[in-house]
Amino acid sequence: MTLLRTQNLSAFYGDFQALFDINVTVEERETVAIIGANGAGKTTFLRSVAGAIGTAREMIYFDGEPIGGKTPHDIVRLGIAMLPEGRRLFPSLTVEENLLLGTHSGRSGPWNLKRVYELFPRLFELRRLPAPALSGGQQQMAAVGRGLMSNPRLLLCDELSLGLAPIVIRDIYACLSRITAEGTTVVLVEQDINRALDASARFYCFQEGRLALTAPTENFDRSAIAAAYFGL
Amino acid sequence: MQWLNVIIQGCLLGGIYALFAIGLSMSFGIMRLVNIAHGDLIVLSAYVGLVVIQATGFDAFSSLVIVVPVMFVLGYALQRGLLNQTLSGGLLPPLLVTFGISIIIQNGLLEWFGAYNHRLQEGAIETASVQLPGGISIGVYPLLVFGVAVLAIGSLQVLLYRTRLGRAFRAVSDDADTAELMGIDNRNLYALALGIAMISTAIAGILFAIRTIFDPAAGPIRLILAFEAVIIGGLGSLWGTLVGGMVLGVAQAVGSALDPTWQILAGHIAFLIILILRPNGLFPRTRD
Repeated sequence: MTLLRTQNLSAFYGDFQALFDINVTVEERETVAIIGANGAGKTTFLRSVAGAIGTAREMIYFDGEPIGGKTPHDIVRLGIAMLPEGRRLFPSLTVEENLLLGTHSGRSGPWNLKRVYELFPRLFELRRLPAPALSGGQQQMAAVGRGLMSNPRLLLCDELSLGLAPIVIRDIYACLSRITAEGTTVVLVEQDINRALDASARFYCFQEGRLALTAPTENFDRSAIAAAYFGL
Repeated sequence: MQWLNVIIQGCLLGGIYALFAIGLSMSFGIMRLVNIAHGDLIVLSAYVGLVVIQATGFDAFSSLVIVVPVMFVLGYALQRGLLNQTLSGGLLPPLLVTFGISIIIQNGLLEWFGAYNHRLQEGAIETASVQLPGGISIGVYPLLVFGVAVLAIGSLQVLLYRTRLGRAFRAVSDDADTAELMGIDNRNLYALALGIAMISTAIAGILFAIRTIFDPAAGPIRLILAFEAVIIGGLGSLWGTLVGGMVLGVAQAVGSALDPTWQILAGHIAFLIILILRPNGLFPRTRD
């Protein structure tokens, strides 16, 4: 079943057009990667789906319903959670309070504080600390946990690996497979192509706001990706 | 002993200044709104109290039963209908709009009630006092006002740090865009915040109108006192605001003991000295 479908999605920052006629389809329980160079429009795509950038109503369908132009808080309530680039934890809240913020979506489901602490045991030990006291990797875990607390059907991950050590990235991605095992659909945006392709079944490659290539990741010739990535 | 007495009176005087300042501190802390109309909203609360008392025969304290909900609804509507529209364009638009609201309130009150002085009556409690050993005499009413200020700040602290709504307020204060991505309706939350700020404003307005005469032009001086208390205490810290109010009160009481004409000036001088020595106030909390 199709969970997310964009139809000729275009997005603007003022007069600047950042996305041109993007058609992306994500099936339920699927993990899809979106790759592309800096400025390709990957983050803009996620922000449009999450409602942070206004679009026309018919440009984005979620679970069969048009959701373009809805506010971000309405979209979270429908079951789309966004993990923003750079974690964006609330600095004056404790780790646990940050996690509890996820419950403002008002959705119930498999994820609660106990389950998130099982997934990230380290967070349980750190739960009383203010968020800025955590290391980058721990902050990313808290950001993932906060997103899960809203019990999303679709999780949008923007640059999970940004600024993290390789060993920490490996841990985070290991947890991602436990998240998808709960039936959560995931859209990954990454600049680290190998990491993104390893974790996903299908990918879309954006280039300067347009869709350059889409294919299943298995056995795909990576030199073709390089061509689409850089526009060679 | 005379000076101890002066300092105690000054601390108690700080209670009313803290009450003036709580609403201002809260709306700045949560939505970065500098509300120039804050003083006039305090005075408006006093006039609402006056109307309620005349219409129902309530005493001043009982009028709060009506004044508080009225001001809460007014605050919610004001934020939802008008001020939310000003928040995306930086600090200047809300300043200008609330400045306009200030002028509208002052002139509206002048039109409706005239330029006469009013005062709300609360009977014997206004002049009652407690004698302590050593010749110190504490007014029951200033003590009550101080107690209300402590209670108001304590309740707000519980709201902000122990409840789900308070957690949302702090998150929005940190990062409004991300809070929206977490499912928080910022516009509704801002409206609730101004509504709650106006509860303290309503209480401040009634308590101030019992101790002092007021007229339609009484707002701006309350705004300045509130600003000074907030800045001395440090932005975003409610207990700091109470201390700020007490610093102002003590400075005024000491100034007034030296020479009665120095009362107001002494408060402003204390404010300026603290602004020079600690530009971020005594207990700064808000980062930006």
